Amino acid sequence: MDEISYLVFLTAMGVTFLAMAAYVVFFVSQNKRVRKVARIILMVSGVLQTLYLGSRFILAGHTPITSMHETVVFFAWSTTWAYLSFRWRYTVKNFGTFVSVLIFGLLLVSTFSSRDIVQLVPALQSLWLPVHAGVSIIAYGFFSLAFCGALMYLLQENELKSKRFGFFFSRLPSLDALDQLNNHCLTIGFAFFTLGIVTGSVWARQAWGTYWQWDPKETWSLITWFLYLVQVHQRFTVGWRGKRAAIMAIIGFIAVTFSLWGVSYLLGGVHSYAG
Amino acid sequence: MPAEKIMLLGVNHKTTPVEIREKIALSEGYEKPLMALKSIRGLREYYLLSTCNRVEFLLVTDAAASVEEAIIEFIFGSQVSITDCRKYLYILNGRDAVHHLFLVAASLDSMVVGEAQILGQLKEAYRHASHLGCTGPLLNKLLHKSFSAAKRVRTETAIGSSAVSISYAAVQLARKIFGNLKDKKVLIVGAGEMAELAAEHLVGQGVGEVVVANRTLARAVDLAKRFSGCAVSIDELVSQLEHVDIIISSTGATDIILHKEQVKSVMRSRKNRPLFFIDIAVPRDLDPQLIELENVYLYDIDDLSSVVEVNKTERDKEAIKASRIVDEETLKFQRWYRGMAVTPTIQALRKKIDVIGQNEIEKTFAKVPDMSEKEREIMRKMVGSIGAKILHNPMVYLKSESCAGRDNSDMKVTIVRELFGLTNGDGEQ
Repeated sequence: MDEISYLVFLTAMGVTFLAMAAYVVFFVSQNKRVRKVARIILMVSGVLQTLYLGSRFILAGHTPITSMHETVVFFAWSTTWAYLSFRWRYTVKNFGTFVSVLIFGLLLVSTFSSRDIVQLVPALQSLWLPVHAGVSIIAYGFFSLAFCGALMYLLQENELKSKRFGFFFSRLPSLDALDQLNNHCLTIGFAFFTLGIVTGSVWARQAWGTYWQWDPKETWSLITWFLYLVQVHQRFTVGWRGKRAAIMAIIGFIAVTFSLWGVSYLLGGVHSYAG
Repeated sequence: MPAEKIMLLGVNHKTTPVEIREKIALSEGYEKPLMALKSIRGLREYYLLSTCNRVEFLLVTDAAASVEEAIIEFIFGSQVSITDCRKYLYILNGRDAVHHLFLVAASLDSMVVGEAQILGQLKEAYRHASHLGCTGPLLNKLLHKSFSAAKRVRTETAIGSSAVSISYAAVQLARKIFGNLKDKKVLIVGAGEMAELAAEHLVGQGVGEVVVANRTLARAVDLAKRFSGCAVSIDELVSQLEHVDIIISSTGATDIILHKEQVKSVMRSRKNRPLFFIDIAVPRDLDPQLIELENVYLYDIDDLSSVVEVNKTERDKEAIKASRIVDEETLKFQRWYRGMAVTPTIQALRKKIDVIGQNEIEKTFAKVPDMSEKEREIMRKMVGSIGAKILHNPMVYLKSESCAGRDNSDMKVTIVRELFGLTNGDGEQ
């Protein structure tokens, strides 16, 4: 079972690489048929990632989000499906190229941490695990989409402001589309993130008897939450948008990745996946 | 050269600040000024052109100095001191006047070189003048020549495509900034031709609303009507910025009309919704530093043309080609014009009759070979005097003094040339 699971993981990586390659080819050539192929490959990758997580679930007997490896795969998975669901509602030109690069990058990163299954302490074996971790990771998925959109915004804005209309100008979508994308992803992501923090807090009350214990991960998540809160608030009140919003989305994403990795490796705490 | 002179007086966006041009612009159409000019003595033919970038008088006169004074007074009235008038005005004579007219018609003297509207404006101005009988044979010929010169430039060079592509570029950029243009508003500042063209393109792409701001409200209202938009005064410019998204400016003011600080203050109340400025004017209307503001995008003509990859050297090459065509056409016209004088017409007429006589005599001699030399001499004399008798009245007619003080030798030359089928210089006559 373990071997099959690993095989699925490797296949998922390979397929994602193909999807990324196809998206890059599409980005350069702008051939619509290539895009269609890339999209189908990415969907296959999404399915394979789901299968892999499923196999991990069977192996571990609980939601596979307790080791660093699993968390990062989950991150890639939620980014993939957030993108595919997003793509369902409306298209943003060449968004897929940036997102597929990020997804592949995440899967690649996940290979660097141990694939060993982490057994949970009895206190944490609860229904709250999938709820809390799942909701948070969905939020991360949307934040990473916002990050990709923000990068594209900065590239396009740079072309427009410098008045050198080069490679990216024709390939990237309009600033307005990117800004809207940023706005949507942040709003959805922020809602899920808030929910993640609330559920985590409730679960903590159950498991440890206190809602909040200033564990490093909690602190960093709260900092991240405030970063996004400021942004959502400023957009709503004084109309922060465009470049400023894009930079904030990137800062937010850096904070997200730090609270995912940095905290676990550097600071430890109850969330650390060391076992 | 004939005694009369072709003369062109005018002001345009290059020589004269907009404040002065506005004072002399003819706001009430052509009829009134054209009729008023009739009273100027020594003015034989004339026509005048008034667009937002230029006011030009083209005239044929035989008393150049006095007419010049009268026209200057007519143009500027008492509003501008006479020394200032001389500073702004360009006065061109003969060949230079013709050359300038052709340049204008071919849109080589426009703010946006190659824009097509100017030819239409020229034609309309000519229609008014000829309706009121202000033009004569010389100007008719000259203006028609200018139309065909412009047409040649348009078909033989790519100069026209650059103006079109510039407004196309404006649309492309707007698309990259706003995505959908449906609910966007355009503000046209200054009722210039190019702004009109760009606005037309944007409206064609679905832009929702057009607002026109101009110093003279009447013109703004006219232009706004075309796009079923609304007109505002230029003083409302800053407050309008709160509501519009795309601004096309071509006022031809000498100074910058919109500064960075003014736009900065507006961005707050706009909640940072992006503003897209297009500065078509030469010299610039908009502070180049606007681009430093967040969510503000500013482009001038050169920036726009780099979007559509019309590179500048290519454009310059086309402009050189175009001015070569204009030079050529000027030369052709000059050749024709020289031939229009009385003396060459008389010579041409004599020559024609002589040649006919000679030919007929040769034919007759060939048929009657045994004619003596004396008889031949008599025959020659007879043919010669028939020719001279036929020529007598036309000659008198051509040389006769002007009647009632008006010299209409142009007309006479034309009539005689047509009557006797005398071709002249250019083959299209």
